Amino acid sequence: MAIPTYAGKLERTWYYSYRVICTLIFLFLILPIIIIIPLSFNVQPYFTFTPEMLSLDPAGYSMRWYDEFFASEVWMKSIKNSFSVAIASTIIATTLGTLAALGLSRPEMPYRALIMSILISPMIVPLIISAAGMFFFYSSVNLAGTFLGLILAHTALGIPFVVITVTATLSGFDYSLTRAAASLGASPRTVFFKIMLPLVTPGVISGALFAFITSFDEVVVAIFIAGPEQRTIPLQMWGGIREQISPTILAVATILVAISIMLLTVLELLRRRSEKQRGLTPG
Amino acid sequence: MANTYSKVGEMTTNDGVPLKVSLRRSQRKLKLWAFLLVAPLLVFILVSFIIPVVNMTMRGIENPQVANIMPNVVAALENWEGTELPDETVYAALVTDLTMGRKNKNIGKVATRLNYERSGMRRVITGSARKAAKLKEGPYKTQMIEINKAWGDVAVWSLIKRESGTFTSSYLISSVDRKTNDAGEIVAKIEDKQIYVNLFGKTLMMSFSITIICIVLAFPIAYLLATLPLAKSNLLMILVLLPFWTSLLVRTTTWIVLLQSQGVINDLLVWMNIIDEDGRLQMIYNQTGTIIAMTHILLPFMVLPLYSVMKTIPPTYMRAALSLGANPVTAFIKVYIPMTVSGIGAGSLLVFILSIGYYITPALVGGQSGLLISNMIAYHMQNSLNWGLAGALGFILLVIVLLFYALFNKVIGIDKMKMG
Amino acid sequence: MKKLLKRTIVATAIAAVSMTMATTAAQAEETFTIVSWGGAYTKSQQRAYHEPYTAKTGTKFLHEDKSGTALAGIRSQVEANNVTWDLVDILEGDAMIACDEGLVEEINYDEILAAAPDGTPASKDFLGGLNGCFIPQIYYATLFAFNDEIFTGEKPSTIADVFDLKKFPGKRALEKTPAGNLEWALMADGVAPNDIYDALSTEEGVARAFKKLDTIKDSVIWWEAGAQPPQLLSDKEVSIASGYNGRFFGAQVNEKQPFTIIWDGQLAEIDGWVVPKGKLTTAMKAYIKFATDTQRLADQSKYISYGPARKSSAAFVDKHADTGIDMKPHMPTSPTNFTNPVIKNAEWWANNKDDMSERFNAWLAK
Repeated sequence: MAIPTYAGKLERTWYYSYRVICTLIFLFLILPIIIIIPLSFNVQPYFTFTPEMLSLDPAGYSMRWYDEFFASEVWMKSIKNSFSVAIASTIIATTLGTLAALGLSRPEMPYRALIMSILISPMIVPLIISAAGMFFFYSSVNLAGTFLGLILAHTALGIPFVVITVTATLSGFDYSLTRAAASLGASPRTVFFKIMLPLVTPGVISGALFAFITSFDEVVVAIFIAGPEQRTIPLQMWGGIREQISPTILAVATILVAISIMLLTVLELLRRRSEKQRGLTPG
Repeated sequence: MANTYSKVGEMTTNDGVPLKVSLRRSQRKLKLWAFLLVAPLLVFILVSFIIPVVNMTMRGIENPQVANIMPNVVAALENWEGTELPDETVYAALVTDLTMGRKNKNIGKVATRLNYERSGMRRVITGSARKAAKLKEGPYKTQMIEINKAWGDVAVWSLIKRESGTFTSSYLISSVDRKTNDAGEIVAKIEDKQIYVNLFGKTLMMSFSITIICIVLAFPIAYLLATLPLAKSNLLMILVLLPFWTSLLVRTTTWIVLLQSQGVINDLLVWMNIIDEDGRLQMIYNQTGTIIAMTHILLPFMVLPLYSVMKTIPPTYMRAALSLGANPVTAFIKVYIPMTVSGIGAGSLLVFILSIGYYITPALVGGQSGLLISNMIAYHMQNSLNWGLAGALGFILLVIVLLFYALFNKVIGIDKMKMG
Repeated sequence: MKKLLKRTIVATAIAAVSMTMATTAAQAEETFTIVSWGGAYTKSQQRAYHEPYTAKTGTKFLHEDKSGTALAGIRSQVEANNVTWDLVDILEGDAMIACDEGLVEEINYDEILAAAPDGTPASKDFLGGLNGCFIPQIYYATLFAFNDEIFTGEKPSTIADVFDLKKFPGKRALEKTPAGNLEWALMADGVAPNDIYDALSTEEGVARAFKKLDTIKDSVIWWEAGAQPPQLLSDKEVSIASGYNGRFFGAQVNEKQPFTIIWDGQLAEIDGWVVPKGKLTTAMKAYIKFATDTQRLADQSKYISYGPARKSSAAFVDKHADTGIDMKPHMPTSPTNFTNPVIKNAEWWANNKDDMSERFNAWLAK
């Protein structure tokens, strides 16, 4: 994309204005996320930059909203709930999803398109319908207002991501490799662990991350089926935003942004690893 | 020797089974294996997801209240013509059912149900039930009409007869702003009560606009990402992926902080003297707020598929077109854009499907004009408690989404869907 | 892989089971899940009822802020035969519907509620609302308040002023529900408070109310949660807001907000408890007797400015617990405030809510 030396005036103008447009779009994407970080350190309970903040006066900044957050029993409990629900549903979703993806990617799989559609339906059906349906059904089997109910619901929502990412990793998989290994005397076990697993692992992990974030970020279904004991971070935020946004919410938001940066880094490392393995990128 | 010949031209395995049969057998075994791997998940999704969703949409046609709680009336009305008031037997059945319903404390369900169809039926039913229990002996017809003159109204009886089946179409009729009038014809509701058709239209329109805006915004940056050297583009990719991985509620919150009238953007505009203190812009709690926030949230869903398609387009094509004398704009429109269509298609349908069903963001920043059909479903689930109507609206929404999904599947193929 | 799988499945199962066990174990030592409105209101109930009761009996309380959607919750729980809520704070109209549908327990008032200190039986001591299942707690008012800093000259003082955008410019915050707004629209249009529901029972009356609302529609911000109106007023997003008198009071005294309440046309309504089906246990009866006695109802007014639903409690209304302000002049039921109220007709709303909401939603969407 470097500008060629022979470019005319018009092309130059276009080239620079194109760069400006792209910069603006990137700013639109990222600025809203960045902007709340300094605001969460505001000494005042306002959602805007005070003169002290703009002049970088340390007195304009404080950790008070973080202190409030960490001192709040309700918020701490919601963190615990969010993590336990997300971890449990990630484990179930990843296990079941990976198994299914292994089956789906076999060339012999019958009714593939239909089954695939069913498996990813939680991603397609509008959340409000899923939530309402789960509300009625889970109430009728005594699962509403329990951890198990919320875990199962979040598992269902996370599964499509696992299925999609793992099948995508396997789509390029050459099954003659397993046959070759088998004909060379490897047991099915060895074939699985030495050949399949290393190739699938990055897909499984990124699928797991998706499942985790789906549950961790989920609020619609939680609104309908979680009880007072299962209040998660998003539920707590939802209540807070609807009533009044206290700066504590901005502190929580900043922490969540930090978590997503962490997840993103893990994912990026995985992607590089997987590309290297597949020999897509040199070195 | 691996194979023996039992018959000329037919191969068999060592144990004498024809190879064809043996192959078919092993093929079947493999098929079974593949299916067994998928089965646990399939069962899980069916039970924990598909059944609940089907169950919910079924509420849009289920109608158990009158049939279960007023069985005698339903039976007695079986042969009623519907032109004049029913005879004494029906009124006697009414007294029996109302008395039973009051005793079992479930007559209120009928009252609630019929009140959806005709305002004031709640009072008619609960009031009459209270008084019917005290009636000593018949004939009941005149006594019931005395208790409440609604029982002397043929339209009330037609309504009860119409809603006496275990299934009803009235919620679906209501979802398209229609109703059944006293004569039994389906007619449009009075204009002051029409809401859902417009709301579906608005939801589709807003989803459409958001999709278009996403295409316009995603195209340049996806192109940039696809054409920059890998090291640079990976760095810029983070700017797309970070929002993608950030909590929906966080992103909605930041838009409230930015757009509200005492928020960052208005403060900035006041400070720069573009607007004065009283002229602060209303950018949130309306349609604008919903569109801005949803565009921001859904944009990565457009950039990522576009990027992955553009990545596969060799730059030589454009160069070839240019060297053959096409001007850059023509070359771009005629050569490059057609090659990105599958990416645009995938991104558009993803964004479109997601925005049709959006609930959280409109609920928080939509105010009144920015609400979508999902918010109305939530309203009927939680506030008006008209679950039948929620089911019917949900059913229509689901059908629309599935249609688009089928289109997506046909044009692009769900196998091609990739995440991040 | 198999081993790993087995291990994870077992671990998940154990985790899930232990979590459910933990919740059931907690329930065994008498925990009540109380559903209420959240915010300052739940806090006032906590301090007036729950905390003293925990101190006395060791009973634990869990709070759910779901009163806004309580009827939906009770109905689904009862329908599913899986009632997890023990006591639900609800409005009188919703209580009537729940009672008619058999979703909540009928209350034998004189048996379950404590008599007044002078021996007057409960059924004679409550100001109203004893209609089968409902246990009244407080009288509260939905009314208008404004921010003093916005109106420096003449201040609005009547419902007609609220609808007068020329004389008192600025945005209005109204609750996103027909209840209240229709009444006020008619009142501002000249209908006397006592004639409002008769007028609303006619097609012309309803049309008239919506026509009046049309005149301010473009200047309205609609709120849904009780905490929003004081917030909108203090942020100066609006100049006049409808809201619950207790919330405005809280902002006035706790956050020193310069709000003035317009008592004209206050929409007076009763709020109280219902007991979901099957939850009227001996332990619950004991708690209800405690929490609705004369002293306890009066105690709640130390924390929030809502009037106790018992006549005998009036004498015990005291000073605000945190600031020492005399609470009597802040009660919606005090004679100086109760001059021109609209008494909300719960029965009328139970009958017409579906119809009015449909029109209201259609009107909003236009």
